[in-house]
Amino acid sequence: MSQPDAALAAGTPAPDFTLRATPDQTVSLSELRGHPVVLIFYPADWSPVCTDELAVFNQLLPEFQRMDAILLGISVDGVWCHAAFADARNLGFQLLADFEPKGKVAREYGVYREKEGSSARATFVVDKDGVIAWSEVSPVGINPGAAGPLEAVEKLSGQAAGASA
Amino acid sequence: MSYTPPSLTVPVGPEDWTTGPEQAPVTFVEYGDFECPHCGEMEPILRALRERAGDNLRFVFRHFPLTGSHPHAELAAEAAEAAGAQGAFWPMHDTLLANQQALEPHDLERYAARLGLDVSAFTTALAQHTYQPEVQADFMSGVRSGVGGTPTFYINGVRYDGEYDEESLQKAIQKAIRLAR
Repeated sequence: MSQPDAALAAGTPAPDFTLRATPDQTVSLSELRGHPVVLIFYPADWSPVCTDELAVFNQLLPEFQRMDAILLGISVDGVWCHAAFADARNLGFQLLADFEPKGKVAREYGVYREKEGSSARATFVVDKDGVIAWSEVSPVGINPGAAGPLEAVEKLSGQAAGASA
Repeated sequence: MSYTPPSLTVPVGPEDWTTGPEQAPVTFVEYGDFECPHCGEMEPILRALRERAGDNLRFVFRHFPLTGSHPHAELAAEAAEAAGAQGAFWPMHDTLLANQQALEPHDLERYAARLGLDVSAFTTALAQHTYQPEVQADFMSGVRSGVGGTPTFYINGVRYDGEYDEESLQKAIQKAIRLAR
């Protein structure tokens, strides 16, 4: 690979993965063919910026669901940490544990930060055929919000979400 | 690759709640959530900034309730709108931010009564969620403008990504005033 540290770009087939969502349940990307999938990589549960970012996606969940899209959060935190975090924030979408081997999926998507031992804040929109349609890595400390992924899913679905004033 | 902060996608217009002169050189927009503790903590700072800037600043509040963490935030936002329909948006806004631990429906009614509003009209609007579309429109305009949490500020249409202390914000406002001249 010429750019081992670069996030996978639009047009690239999304690497398949199988990760734990709960202690007894796994999610594979390939099972979700037919739906747009939003993969939200974030550094850690509980840190303030991540919390806000995921809260915005959570609030937008009905809009994404209307467009048949599936949201998945991914960090290196373990399933019990995810469970406590999702419960505390009432998150309505699944958080996947990129826990063992640590950060393997983040590496495959080119968004793992070796020094920090966690994923960068990065979002990928995967189309219904499993190809990356949109991706973005946010600068450290900057909350990206959800405008980009929302527009990307709208384009894929040919629909517009919500009432925009 | 240089980074450009996102811009406000829906310009400030007649349907917004504003305070300060329309012709002010600086328009400062807050996307906020009445149950968000950071919004509560920022309120005295924002008030001090408004006082210092005087006629140079127009302040705008838009709703961005995040109900997963803040289950009372949506109804509180609708309460501010319902009060606004009776000419009391800002007094209700101030009351809600000063009472973030007491945002149950009976609390909201109490505030409406204290502000001298028509409580019956107010409670009907809340029960029927009359102002839910206004709140949702604010939320979506925020999402599309790159709001990633609350509070998020826009100074003359550009997201403020600096520190949230009074001095940093004051500097940013002063700079915007200079640039507008």
